[in-house]
Order: sequence, then structure tokens, then C-alpha cells
Amino acid sequence: MTEPQAQETKTAMQIRNLNFYYGKFQGLKNINLDILERKVTAFIGPSGCGKSTLLRTLNRMYSLYPGQRAEGEINFYGQNILDPSQDLNLLRARVGMVFQKPTPFPMSIYDNIAFGVRLYENLGKGAMDERVEWALTKTALWNEAKDKLNQSGLALSGGQQQRLCIARSVAVKPSVILLDEPTSALDPISTAKIEELVHELKSEYTVAIVTHNMQQAARVSDFTAYMYIGEMVEYGETSRLFIKPQKKETEDYITGRFG
Amino acid sequence: MDQNLYRKRIWTNRIGISLSMLAMVLGLFVLLWILSVLFINGFKALDFNMFFHSTPAPGTEGGGLANAIVGSLMLVGFATLVSTPIGILAGIYLAEYGDTSKTAEVSRFMTDIMLSAPSIVLGLFVYAILVAQVKHFSGWAGTIALSLIAIPVVIRTTENMLRLVPGSLREAAFALGAPRWKVATMVTLRAAKAGVLTGVLLALARISGETAPLLFTALNNQFFSLDMNGPMSNLPVVIFQFALSPYDNWVRLAWGGALLITMTVLVLNILARVFFREKVSS
Repeated sequence: MTEPQAQETKTAMQIRNLNFYYGKFQGLKNINLDILERKVTAFIGPSGCGKSTLLRTLNRMYSLYPGQRAEGEINFYGQNILDPSQDLNLLRARVGMVFQKPTPFPMSIYDNIAFGVRLYENLGKGAMDERVEWALTKTALWNEAKDKLNQSGLALSGGQQQRLCIARSVAVKPSVILLDEPTSALDPISTAKIEELVHELKSEYTVAIVTHNMQQAARVSDFTAYMYIGEMVEYGETSRLFIKPQKKETEDYITGRFG
Repeated sequence: MDQNLYRKRIWTNRIGISLSMLAMVLGLFVLLWILSVLFINGFKALDFNMFFHSTPAPGTEGGGLANAIVGSLMLVGFATLVSTPIGILAGIYLAEYGDTSKTAEVSRFMTDIMLSAPSIVLGLFVYAILVAQVKHFSGWAGTIALSLIAIPVVIRTTENMLRLVPGSLREAAFALGAPRWKVATMVTLRAAKAGVLTGVLLALARISGETAPLLFTALNNQFFSLDMNGPMSNLPVVIFQFALSPYDNWVRLAWGGALLITMTVLVLNILARVFFREKVSS
């Protein structure tokens, strides 16, 4: 790191008065939240509480679907990304996303990684090889995949596919990585690997993760936001929120009395 | 338990199964009958000369189908070259770009109409706008008529196959900052490759047996010709004319041609199935 100080935490994304609508239905109600740089922020809450919706506003994924719209402000290093003039492709190159089910592209492992890189960088063969190795090493997949870089990404196991998808996001060097329930389709061992990976990632990236699994949120995140029916009920440091929740609803949820 | 109700249900079941079996046997019987007649007569007609001699003049002995085979290959080949890119691009537009827009809805509706349009109408259309204007039949006119039949088939299957690609794959590509055309060509079209290819093969199978649209367009040519600007011989029209003729060798060639077309369509259908199965299993 060449930056003068790494102690003081900056805000990567400032969410202010965010309202979200699926047509007439309001999915998010007046959300205010700061996502801190190089920290892991977890969104938890029962199904339908809006945690995935919130995540999908951060890279404007919802803009693919007519009828979905957001109001308010999301300040991403001085730029309101909800601005209609925001270039969505550039935004998504800086805010990567990994989905619930592994989504390897129907091409080789190498090309899966190179696909995103080629969109924004003009690398020679050698530099691209290095980048692919770097991304696969970062996601602890290099040893398993180095001998089959030319094989289809679909030939990997589910857990490996998911790590490939994370490698693919990492390879374009975004500043934020969004994880939408990245382990809900995986077995416990693969889940443990991904969680380890999340720990590694936060040294260089800002991470936001949606999870159904409260233990997972407690294990991987620095900050946790508890949401319920489109509202942000409580937000704070994970250690505090899980041990001493301020609100009754949060306590009920994390102790399993509800949800 | 109501024994009567139970017995009644058993009998309803038996009657239902018998009726559907009967329907299946009837359908299969007719198909086998057609195929056996075709195979018996067709294989009798099949010989070496068929592939190397052109169609005989009235009253002459022997002859073959070389001009018709090559003509058919050229007409169907060019029609495939024309209809595949148009059909695939239109299919991509409908599945990836248009979605619910007015333009897409209208094109989708038009495609459906074109899919069920009688082929003779399409032939007549090309006759009116092209053949009647330049005042001569031509291979190109036949190609256009066949393309008009193939394009909607390719559009439909391409759109349907692209729609089978999970939305999450599309989103994953967008999430890397890929522009829409890259997502469509590099990711979704690739994922749907086998299905799209199946559509092209089915369209090929469909047009290789079409007779009506060629009657007014490519017409026929007794001689061997590679000139797409002139009338062109082709198997379906030769079969149509020769089968109705009084000459024994002409009728024999018609059977041979019919067997060739049937075998081609059969092979295309099998290929389409193989491609599609590979896609499903992967």
C-alpha cells in the first residue's frame, strides 16, 4: 500500500434516503447507511426484507429491468451512482458482483477470467497470463485449476465454480465486491473456503455480503445491517450487534425467536 | 372404500389407454406404410448413374438427377447462408434487446404469421415482386423464396433458446461491466449455441423438401446449370413433374429423388437431435 495512512477508515459508499420500487411496490424504505472502505459489511434479515434489493442498487443491477427504480442518493467516492447519466458499464467494472448460484460462462477457465479484463484493459499475452494466475491465486484456485485452464469452466465442482466467479470479479480490479448469498448453494467445506476468501479480500477491497446465515455474518463481517420489510432496523459493528443488539427486533431475529 | 367407484375408474383407465394406443398405432402405421413404399421403390431406382447424369429428355432412356441434386444443394445452401445470419440476429434482438418493446412485439407476431404462412403464398409473392419484374425464372428467386420460409424458423428457435439461458448468467456478464452486445454474443449466444444450431438444421430440413415456392421461382432446368440467374433444376420440382409423367424411367427417377430428400431430412433431424442432446447433457 502506497497510501500514507491505512488506519483511518474512509467511506466507500454513502447511502442516503434510499427508496426503491418494484413498479408500485416499495422494496426499500428510506435507507441510510455507510459502507466503509476495506471492511466487510453484511446484510441480514428474513426473506423478502430487501437485503438483496439493497445490494443490487449498489451496482445498479436493477436498471436491467424496466419498472424497477431507486430514489435517493448513493455516493460512491464523490459520485452519485443513481444519477441517470451514470455510465453503468463503468460502474459495474468498479463494483463487482458474485451471485447465489455459480455462473461460469460457457468458455474455458482462462477465458472466464480474461473476459472481464479484456473489456477495459488491453493486455498482451504475457500480462494476461499473469493476471489470470494472480486472480486464481487470490481465490485459492490456482493449484486446482492451473493444469486445466483450457477446459470449460463448467467442468469444475460447484465450490470451485463459485471461486472462479469471485476470481473473475477480482481480476478486473474493482474497488467494491458485492456478494449475494455466495455460499447458499455450496457444501460446508466449500463454504468455509469462500469465507476464508472473504477475509483475504478485505485487505484490498470493500466487500458487501448478503447472507441468510447469521453465523456466517458473525464470522466474516466487520459491520452488520439487520433489515426487515424494506427497512434498516439496526446497523453497527458486528461484534456489538450480535452480542448487544440495541433493538428488540434485532435481538429476536438473531436469537432465533423469529424469522 | 367404494368398490364400484374403483372398478369404474379401472375401466375408464383401460378405455383411455386403448384409445390412445389405437391412435398411436394408426399414426405409426401410416408412417411406416409411406416409408416402406418409398424405400422399396426408391432403392430400386437408386443407381450410380443417378448422381452423374442429368435429367433425360422426354422419350430418351436412362438419365439421372445430377442437375437436380446440385441445383437443390445450391438453392438450399444459399438460402441457409441468407437466412442463418438474419434469423440469428433477429432472434438475438427479440430475446436480448427488444423484450417487451412495441417493435419486438410486432416482429414476434409477424414471425408467428410467417411461420404458418402457406409456402405457396411465399412463392407467389416472390414471383410477383421479382420473377414477374425481371421476366425470367432464376435460382436467386428460388433462394429468396426458401429464405422467407427458413428465416422465421431460425428467429423463433434462436429466441426460444436464448430465453432458456438463465438470467443469472446474463446478470453475471453485466456485473463485470460488459456492454449488452458483448453479453449477447459472447455469453448468452454461446450458452445457447447447440440449441441455435438445432434451429438452423431444422430450418434446413424444412426447406430442402419444399416444392411450392420453387414452382414459380427457380422453376426447373433440364440441363446441368450453375447459373443462379437462370432457371435451376431442383429435386422437389423434378419429383413433382416426373412422378406425373408417362415415362417409366422418369417415374423411377422421381422415386430415387424422393428417397434422397427423405434421407437428407432424416439425417438433418437426427443431427439436430444429437446436437440438442449434447446441449442438455452438458
